Amino acid sequence: MKTTISTLFIAAMIAVLAGCSSKGGTTDGSGVAVEDRSLGGAGGVVTGGAAGASSFEGMSLNDPNSPLSRRVIYFEYDSAEISTADRDTLAAHAGYLAANPGQRIMLEGHTDERGSREYNIALGDRRGLSVERVLELNGVGAGQTTVVSYGEEKPAADGHSDAAWRLNRRVEIVYQ
Amino acid sequence: MNRYLRTLLLFLLLASSTAQAALTIEITQGVEGAVPIAVVPFGWTDQAVSAPENISAIISADLNRSGRFAALPDRDLVAFPTEGESVQFKNWRMVNVDYLVIGRINPAAGGQFDVQFQLFDVLRGSQVAGYSLTTSRADLRRVAHHISDIIYEEITGDRGAFNTQIAYVTTSGSAKNRTYTLLVADSDGYNPQTILTSAQPLMSPSWSPDAQRVAYVSFEQKTAEIYLQEIGTGKRRKLASFKGINGAPAWSPDGRHLALTLSRDGNPEIYSMDVQSGALSRLTRNAAIDTEPAWMPDGRSLVFTSDRGGSAQLYKIPATGGSAQRLTFEGKYNAGADISPDGRRIAMVHGERGRYRIAVLDLDSGRMRVLTDGSLDESPSFAPNGSMIIYATGAGNREVLAGVSVDGRFRQRFSLQAGNVREPVWSPFGK
Repeated sequence: MKTTISTLFIAAMIAVLAGCSSKGGTTDGSGVAVEDRSLGGAGGVVTGGAAGASSFEGMSLNDPNSPLSRRVIYFEYDSAEISTADRDTLAAHAGYLAANPGQRIMLEGHTDERGSREYNIALGDRRGLSVERVLELNGVGAGQTTVVSYGEEKPAADGHSDAAWRLNRRVEIVYQ
Repeated sequence: MNRYLRTLLLFLLLASSTAQAALTIEITQGVEGAVPIAVVPFGWTDQAVSAPENISAIISADLNRSGRFAALPDRDLVAFPTEGESVQFKNWRMVNVDYLVIGRINPAAGGQFDVQFQLFDVLRGSQVAGYSLTTSRADLRRVAHHISDIIYEEITGDRGAFNTQIAYVTTSGSAKNRTYTLLVADSDGYNPQTILTSAQPLMSPSWSPDAQRVAYVSFEQKTAEIYLQEIGTGKRRKLASFKGINGAPAWSPDGRHLALTLSRDGNPEIYSMDVQSGALSRLTRNAAIDTEPAWMPDGRSLVFTSDRGGSAQLYKIPATGGSAQRLTFEGKYNAGADISPDGRRIAMVHGERGRYRIAVLDLDSGRMRVLTDGSLDESPSFAPNGSMIIYATGAGNREVLAGVSVDGRFRQRFSLQAGNVREPVWSPFGK
C-alpha cells in the first residue's frame, strides 16, 4: 500500500513538474507541454568521466520508468543523510547532468513542521547541500546546481501526523 | 466572576464595538485575585448620532485581556455616572469592585473629540487619576488604549502595553495554491493592516525599536531575501539577497544594526549589518548551524540557536563576535529565543519527548519553566512590558495564536475567522 502511494505521489509530482517546465517545449496530443530532452539517436555526446554517465546517455527526462523520473529525496527526522537507494537515483541524475553541462537544476530543501522556523530553514539547506554534494561527487558541475531552502514553509502534505511529516522531509530536484 | 461569564463578556464587548476585529480573542484560563473594576459607559450627549467609539468597552476588554483585572459586565453595573459629583461609592462597594472608571466624550472644534475620564478608589472613596485628552476620530481607539495604560499603571505600578501592535503572518489555501500575508494589527486584534501579500512564503517579521518599520523574509523571487518596509508609507527596500540563506532578521535595540543569518560563506552563520551602510560583520565562525539571533536589551550581546553541540540549543555571544557561551542544558531541543524587555528571561521553543512547547529560562537562577501545554507551540514573543508572551500554537487542524502570562496563570487565544495565523511578534513601545 505504501509503495502504491509513493508511486502515485511521484507520478503526481512529475505531472506537476511537467506542467511547470520552463523554457521551450512541444505540446503532445493531450495538450500537456512536454520538454523533449531525449538523447537517443541524436549522435554521441562525449562526456568527461563521471561513472555511469555513458549508461544514462540514452535516458529521457520524461521516461516514467527511468530513475530520472524520481525527483524527490526523503529524509529521516533531524537528518540530512541520504539512503543507498536514493544515492542510486542521484547517480542517475548526475550522469544525465554531467552529459548535459548546460542543464541546470534547483535543489529545494524542506523539513516537517516541528520546531522553530528559521532553524528549519537551516535544516532544509543542509539537506539540499547534502544532495548537491552527492551530485558533485558524481561529476555534476558546481554551476549546474542551486540550493534553496523553504524550511517548513511549503509542505507537500498538509496535516500534523507522522505520515504528513514523512512526506515533507524532502529535497525536490527541479529541472530548469 | 467565573471564567464562563468572563468569556461571554469578552465576546459581547467585541460584538458591540463598532470596528471589526481581525483576530477574535478568547480567554481560556482566568486568574483568581484579578482586581475587580467597574468601567461605566462614557457619557455622550448628542442624541442624533451614536458615539464615535465605545471607549468603555475598549478599556474593559484591555483590562480583562491583561489577566490582572476583572471588569464588571455592563448588565451588573448599578449606576451610570458620567460626572464625579454623581458617583455614590456605597453603590460600588455593594458590588465588590475596588475601582471605578467613568468618563465623557464631547465633540470639539475641527471635528475632534474631547475625552475625559476619572479613576476612583472605591474603598477609599477618592479620585486616583483624572485626565482630559483631545483627539481626532481616527485616534479614538488609541486614546482608549492610552487610558487603559494609565489605569493599569496607577493600580499595578507596572507599565501598560495596550497601545501596542502585533505583526503576524497568515496563510490560506493548501499545498498547491497558498497565499501568505504579513499583517500588523493593534494588540487587541483590531485595525489589521496588510504589509505584503505573496504567493510565496513570508516569514520572520522583526520590528524596528521605533515601531515604524518592519524587516521580514520574503521568497517572492523564489529564494529567501530580507526586506525592510516602512509601515506608514509601505515603502520598502531589499536589505539582503546574498547567495544561500538570508534569514532571521533581528533589529538591534538602538535601531542601527540588523542581526541576520547568512549562509553565503558555506553554512548558516550570524552576521550584523549596519542598516544605513549595509556593511556586514560576521559574528560566528563554525561548521554548525548558527541562526535565530536575538539581541539582549543592552545591545552588548546576542542569543542565538546553534547545533554545534550536536542538537539545537541556545548560546550567547558578544555583539562584536567572540566565543559563544551555552545557555540551555535541559531538553533535546531549545531554539527560537525571544528576550524579555528587562533582559532577565529568555522565552524559547523547548522540545522534549516529541512535544514542542514554550519555556522560559530565568537567567538569574538558571531555572527553566515550561509555560504552555500544546505539542507544536512556537514563535514566542514578549509584550514590551514583559507581562505576557504571545506565541503560535495549534487548535485542532488550525494554526492560532495564544497568550500566556509570564507566571503561567493566565491564558488566552487569538484566532482568525478563516485561515491560519502564525509568527506573532509584539511591537516595542515605539515613540
